[in-house]
Amino acid sequence: MTVTAAFFYLFATITIASGFMVIASRNPVQSVLFLILAFVNAAGLFLLMGAEFLAMILVIVYVGAVAVLFLFVVMMLDVDFAALRQGFLQYLPIGGLIGLILLLELILVVGTYTIDPRLVLTPVVPIPAADIMTNTEAIGQVLYTRFFYFFQAAGLILLVAMIGAIVLTLRERVGVRRQDISKQNARTQETAVEVRKVPFRQGI
Amino acid sequence: MVIGLGHYLTVAAVLFTLGVFGIFINRKNVIVILMSIELILLAVNINMVAFSTHLNDIVGQVFAMLILTVAAAEAAIGLAILVVFFRNRGSIAVEDVNMMRG
Repeated sequence: MTVTAAFFYLFATITIASGFMVIASRNPVQSVLFLILAFVNAAGLFLLMGAEFLAMILVIVYVGAVAVLFLFVVMMLDVDFAALRQGFLQYLPIGGLIGLILLLELILVVGTYTIDPRLVLTPVVPIPAADIMTNTEAIGQVLYTRFFYFFQAAGLILLVAMIGAIVLTLRERVGVRRQDISKQNARTQETAVEVRKVPFRQGI
Repeated sequence: MVIGLGHYLTVAAVLFTLGVFGIFINRKNVIVILMSIELILLAVNINMVAFSTHLNDIVGQVFAMLILTVAAAEAAIGLAILVVFFRNRGSIAVEDVNMMRG
C-alpha cells in the first residue's frame, strides 16, 4: 500500500508541476514537451486506478498524435512568441483571482461530497474482477454492444474532424503545374509530334 | 496511507484550475490556450476514471474514451483553423482576430 501511495504522489506531483509549466513556460515548444510529460504521468495515475486500457490509449492518442500535432504546428508557424507574452503580468491578477476562486470551490466540493450508498451497490455495468477479465476485455464487451451507437458517434466525430481539417488547410496554388490525366490521354500523334522537312546543311 | 477517491479528485481539481488559469494569463497565445483546454479535458478524464473505479462501474471509462475522442478532434480542428489564420494574417495573436467584428 505504501508503494502505491508513493507512486501516486510521484505521478500526481509531476503531473501538476508539468501542468503548471505548460502555462508558465516561455517557449511553446517547451510547453508542448511539458504537456507530453503531464499526459504520461496522468497515464500513470490511470494505471494506479486500474484503468490500463485508458492509460495506454492516453499515451498513444495524446502523446502519439495530439502532442505531436501541437509540436508540428508550433514549429511550423514562424511566430514571434516573445511578442505574444506581452501583457502576461497584466492578466495575472484577474487570472489568479479567478483561478483561486475556482480552486477554493473545487476544494469545497471535493472536501464535502458524499456518495449515495445505493450508487455503490448498483453499478450500471460492474467492473469484473481482474483475475476473470482484463480491463481491455471488459471495456470491449460493453463498448461494442451496449454503447455501440456512442462508438459510432465517436467515429463520426473523428471523420468530421478529419474532413474539416483537410478542407480548412487544403489550398489551390496558382502557377503550379499539375498532372492532368484526361489531357494526357487526349493527346494524339498529330497534336504531339510535328514533322518538319529540314533543309540540308541549314537547320531550322 | 490509503489513496482514495479524494486524492484523485484533488489532483484533477488542481489540474483543472491550472487549465483555466492558463487560458487567462496567456490571453494572446492561441497555441497555449489550446494546450490549456487539453489540460482541462485531462482533468475531467481523471475525474471520470476515478469515479468509475471507485464506484466499480465501467461506464465511466467508456465515457472517458469518448471525451478523449472529442479532445483529439477538437485539437485537430483548432490547429487547422490556427494554421489557416496564420496563413491569412501572419500572426496568431488573439486580439488580431477581429475580421468578423461588425
